[in-house]
Amino acid sequence: MFVTLNGKEIELTEEITILNLLESKDLSPETVVVELNKKIIPADNFSTILINDGDHLEVLRFVGGG
Amino acid sequence: MNKDIFELGGVEFDSRLLTGTGKYADDSVIPEVCEASGSQIITVALRRVDFESTTGNVMDFIPKNMKLLPNTSGARNADEAVRIARLAKAMGCGDWIKIEVISDNKYLLPDGYETAKATEILANEGFVVLPYVNADLYIARSLVDAGAAAVMPLGAPIGTNRGLQTREMVRILIDEISLPIIVDAGIGRPSEACEAMEMGADACLVNTAIATASNPAMMASAFGHAVKAGREAYLSGPGAKHSHAKASSPLTGFLHEG
Repeated sequence: MFVTLNGKEIELTEEITILNLLESKDLSPETVVVELNKKIIPADNFSTILINDGDHLEVLRFVGGG
Repeated sequence: MNKDIFELGGVEFDSRLLTGTGKYADDSVIPEVCEASGSQIITVALRRVDFESTTGNVMDFIPKNMKLLPNTSGARNADEAVRIARLAKAMGCGDWIKIEVISDNKYLLPDGYETAKATEILANEGFVVLPYVNADLYIARSLVDAGAAAVMPLGAPIGTNRGLQTREMVRILIDEISLPIIVDAGIGRPSEACEAMEMGADACLVNTAIATASNPAMMASAFGHAVKAGREAYLSGPGAKHSHAKASSPLTGFLHEG
């Protein structure tokens, strides 16, 4: 299935959770915020929400700024 | 001298210098900058994770005692600013937000109308909203009505280090607006931060001038001193200016008299 992750289309070969996705990218869940189809997902739900075909995911973090 | 407390968003601070985390050649200097500046409030931005990048997490360098002030940089209208603010809050770092709404890429000047719209929405959601705007009385009044916690007028366009180009307009905001006035953007030298504070600004936010200095920690210290000096000068009530000389010594009792 194909999903859009931070504006780029990627293919997922198996059904995974948001937490699985973050772990596959070596990201600690507490360092990011995730929006799934424009809805903010509480970190507590990362391990239970499965990513579906066609989903739009945004994974963001704090960076330097003024 | 009585302790001079800076109250912002219902929180009391000793320091009136806010600092940023952008543009450092190496983020590892940030803890030293925080220490040297005395700043207690620090800004960060929110961006998509770059999965290809191996750069560190800026949050690892921000001392835990700092009050975090996420900004909405990258927002081009009120809706995007509101979206970023909600995302920042979901990071679990509190409900303070600096609103930046910018669609002009050359001068990076803020859109006052969209900023006021975002401010109203977020203030109603319980955010402590600190909007970055042009130094304009009407915009500032609309932000008061919208529920802002402060007004943050620019001294000069972002990152220019050109100083307090808007001084007369900032002076009007200080006179007319009951909220704290925090001069943000453009301040390039400690003397300029000092001048803003002497005028009666409540605080200054400085990022580029510190981050791009050859010695950021020493420049942070200089800004810390300058903001304090300007504040003390303001509180002490400077003497009047005169067009003609006024002798400091008595004009009587000269040796050649009598």
